[in-house]
Amino acid sequence: MSLEFIKNHRQLVTTWLRILHGKRQLVLLLTILAVSPLGWAKVAVPVAENPEIERRMIALSKELRCLVCQNESLAGSQSDFAKDLRREIREQLIANKSNQEITDFLVARYGDFILYRPPIKSTTLLLWFGPFIFLLIGAGALIIYLKQRRKLLEEMPLSKEQLDQAETLLKKGSDGDST
Amino acid sequence: MIRFLLPLVAFIVLVAFLLVGLNLNPRKIPSPLIGKPAPEFQLQQLYESEKTLASKDNLGKVWLLNVWASWCAACREEHPLLIQLANSGVVPIYGLNYKDKRDLALQWLDRFGDPYTVSIVDPDGRVGIEYGVYGVPETYVIDKSGIIQYKQIGPVTVDVLEKTILPLVKGLQGGI
Repeated sequence: MSLEFIKNHRQLVTTWLRILHGKRQLVLLLTILAVSPLGWAKVAVPVAENPEIERRMIALSKELRCLVCQNESLAGSQSDFAKDLRREIREQLIANKSNQEITDFLVARYGDFILYRPPIKSTTLLLWFGPFIFLLIGAGALIIYLKQRRKLLEEMPLSKEQLDQAETLLKKGSDGDST
Repeated sequence: MIRFLLPLVAFIVLVAFLLVGLNLNPRKIPSPLIGKPAPEFQLQQLYESEKTLASKDNLGKVWLLNVWASWCAACREEHPLLIQLANSGVVPIYGLNYKDKRDLALQWLDRFGDPYTVSIVDPDGRVGIEYGVYGVPETYVIDKSGIIQYKQIGPVTVDVLEKTILPLVKGLQGGI
C-alpha cells in the first residue's frame, strides 16, 4: 500500500524529500552559526571603547532633536543624520568638551530648533509663557462668570409664592421616594 | 446671542490657526548660519582626487554651494535647473558631494550632466555638519567676502531661483 502510494504520488514525495533535504541544510547552517561565536564577534563593531563617554553621549543626545525625523531625539533615531551627529558628539566628548560647549556647537550650526528645550528669548516668549497666558484667561473668565452668577442670585430673590411652591415640590419628591 | 457667537468665533480662530499650521513646512528651519562666514573647508575634488579645493579659494566671487548625493532623489528634481543656471554663466556652482561613493557620484554626473564648476567630496559628512546640512539637497549663496547670504533647504525650484536666488546673486555681484 505504501509503495503504491509512493508510486501514485511520486511528485508529492519528491517535493517532500526536497524540503526535508533543504531543512537539513538549514539545520546545519544554524548549527554552524550557533557554535561559532567567534565569527559573530568579528561582525559586531564595538559601540564604544569608553562606556562613560557613551553614557554621556546618550544623555546629551536625548536632549537634542533629530532634524530629519523631527519627532525623534538624536539618541533614538536611526537616521544617518543622527548617527553622524552622535559620532560628532562622541568625538567632542573624547576631546574633553563640556556638554555646554557641544550644545553651543550644534546650535551654532542647526539653530535652536535642535534643542528640545529652547532658550528663553524674545522669539520664544510666547512658546514658554503662552500656556500660562491661556491659563490666566481661563481663570479670569471663570471668576467673571462666577461673580455674575452670584450677583444674579442676589438680584433675583425668590418671592414667597415661589418659595412655597418649591417647598411643596420638595415635599412631594421626598414623599414619593419614601413610599 | 453672544453665548453662541463667542464659542463659534473661538472655534473659527482655532481652525484658522490649525489651517496655517498645516500649511507650514516643518522642514524649513531658519539657519543660524545666514549672515555668518561660511565654515572653512579643504576637500578632495571629485574628478581628480589628488587636487583639493578650499573655501578660501572662492573669496572675491559670489558662488553657490550645492550639497548633493547620488542617493538623493530630490537632487534629480533640481538638477536640470542647476544645469540651466550653469549654462547661463551667471554664477558658478560648486558641488559638494555629500556622504556618497565616488564611482556612484561620477556615474550620476555622467548620466544627468555636470553643472558644477568644481565638485568636491565630503564622504563622511563632516563638512556637512559644519554647514548644518540635514536635508539634501541644500544650496548656499555665499558672497565675495565668504558670508553665507541664503540657504535653500530642499530642491531649488524655478520660483525660488527667479524670485530669490538670482536677484540676490545680482545684488551681491554688484557690491564690493
